[in-house]
Amino acid sequence: MSSVARAIRPLASRVLAQKPIAPVCKATPAFRFPRGTRSFSQSPLSQLKKYTESHEWIELAEGGKTAKIGITDYAAHSLGDVVYVELPEEDLEVSAGEPVGAVESVKSASDVLSPVAGKIIRGNAVLEDKAKTINESPEGEGWIAEIEVADVAELEQLLDEAAYKETIDA
Amino acid sequence: MSSIRLVARGVDLAAARAAALNLPRASIGSTVLRRELSSAATVRPTVSRSLRTNITVAATAPLAANQTVRYASSSNEPLSKTQLYDLHVERGAKMVPFAGFDMPLQYTDLSHVESHMWTREKASLFDVSHMVQHHLSGPGALDLLKKVTPSSLDKLAPNTSTLSCLLEEGTGGMIDDCVITRRSEDSFYFVTNAGRRTEDLAFLTAEIEAYRSQHGADSLKWEVLADRALVALQGPLAASVLQPLINTANHTPSETDLSTLYFGNCRELHLTLPDGSATAHPLLISRTGYTGEDGFEISIPTSGAPNLPRQVTELLLADSSKSRLAGLAARDSLRLEAGMCLYGHDISTAQTPPAAALGWVVGRDRRDPATATFNGASVILSQLASPKTIPQRRVGLNVEKGPPAREGAVVVDIADPANPVEVGVVTSGLPSPSLGGANIAMAYVNQGFHKKGTELAVKVRNKVRKATVVGMPWIESKFHRPS
Repeated sequence: MSSVARAIRPLASRVLAQKPIAPVCKATPAFRFPRGTRSFSQSPLSQLKKYTESHEWIELAEGGKTAKIGITDYAAHSLGDVVYVELPEEDLEVSAGEPVGAVESVKSASDVLSPVAGKIIRGNAVLEDKAKTINESPEGEGWIAEIEVADVAELEQLLDEAAYKETIDA
Repeated sequence: MSSIRLVARGVDLAAARAAALNLPRASIGSTVLRRELSSAATVRPTVSRSLRTNITVAATAPLAANQTVRYASSSNEPLSKTQLYDLHVERGAKMVPFAGFDMPLQYTDLSHVESHMWTREKASLFDVSHMVQHHLSGPGALDLLKKVTPSSLDKLAPNTSTLSCLLEEGTGGMIDDCVITRRSEDSFYFVTNAGRRTEDLAFLTAEIEAYRSQHGADSLKWEVLADRALVALQGPLAASVLQPLINTANHTPSETDLSTLYFGNCRELHLTLPDGSATAHPLLISRTGYTGEDGFEISIPTSGAPNLPRQVTELLLADSSKSRLAGLAARDSLRLEAGMCLYGHDISTAQTPPAAALGWVVGRDRRDPATATFNGASVILSQLASPKTIPQRRVGLNVEKGPPAREGAVVVDIADPANPVEVGVVTSGLPSPSLGGANIAMAYVNQGFHKKGTELAVKVRNKVRKATVVGMPWIESKFHRPS
């Protein structure tokens, strides 16, 4: 089941990711941005999802002030059976690269690092009882923290999906 | 067999070392039995690491130099491969560096937990060819082994084995754990950990040279059986998988009947290949293992038959409803539930057998200070006589629901909750697959806190989690013994 989901999801998000490109390109054909480097200002905020080299994702909510953070499909698959997720406390202020939680599989414990600075709104309570949700839906229901983003521009430094995929295929 | 974890941890070594420095000296504890610790290891972080580190370790096998794993583990040396490397890759293994070898962590057909449970319910085949197989013979073989180990080897019958350890002169610290099999009056087969290869070979070379200088060059013949493969078939179906493959043409019916091959016994037997012929060599089949289950370890010669390890492995895996390949991940969780030590984590040269709760490896007839001549005898025998002089000992801990307490987690006494006092350190720990994910751990705790039932706590990411000292193992051992 989950492997099917894994196989499908990246495709879906790839399709999503390509949507904004068409209008952008029409407007400025001379400045065709390669996929993965299109800048923030040209992307609808509601569809902005970025990745880190350390296998976290962050997706801005509509309105562009808050975001959800989780671990990638690839990370969840690599870690294997997740048995415990440590969630962040509300109102915790973090800088980029600081832990907002931890994911424990049978064999390892991994910190989940915030891709950007901000203040924690809440952890995903679903994971308290069902840590395995991370394996089933790492980039969906298995999100780990919701954060109030301090500076949305900070997302521009992060990897887009294509660039992230390059890091894991390398 | 400390290896995998050590290698995996390399990235974080500085942090781990820093953590270790804050801990009491016996930070590496040990446990129960035996040997292969080495193979057990998995990617277990001491301190929490980033996803990137864990995933890199798991997926791409970075090389890490660790002082205790010098053999082929520094970053420029290529990893060694076992005779079964190609088979692992063909069967979808996730390969990781472990003790200088590129070893399977797990396979695509089963997750870590599934593979663990498969071993408890059916049978799993582990490649443990990275471990070091030795043969020692000659008129001085028994004397030499009685100096470097505390075991009652002169009482060991031919073709029986015992868990033992190599002891450091003077301190009685454990240089490695090992399993020693007596093949005949003056001939022994023994297996040591891959992660301790360099240290063990240096130690044995020095001891053997010293013995030869006193007793003559012909007193000892020592051989590292580098060309042999070693596989472990473990689980309740192990005997039913192996028995039909035993070739009956070359041996008497009583020899080929595995039901009389008990835990700790070994026999040399041939298997029957699919074309009906017998294997090119007899295999040394020992009823033993490192999972707590019934099972066998099979030493496979390759001289003139380089393909024999693969042939044997494919035979053992022929019925995938019974036996499957398993890797280091499952091996580590299985041995921990069985209360067995992983060298480099649960035991080290900083511990004597009594401190590691392994006092039973010291033979009954070797406890008389007047005649005990093994390395470190005075230290070890005085600890056995006065256990209260042992500063720290290895214990089992059950840790409350929540995050697992892993290696490096500090154990605290919370008799006064406002003022927790550090009393030990966890050396292995994980959520036990066989116990529904309950958190179990091995730890070294100070004298006085080691009794079963003692209420303690562990710190995980600075949060205090309750823990209780318990006996080991956590799962009942299912060794095949005479009824």
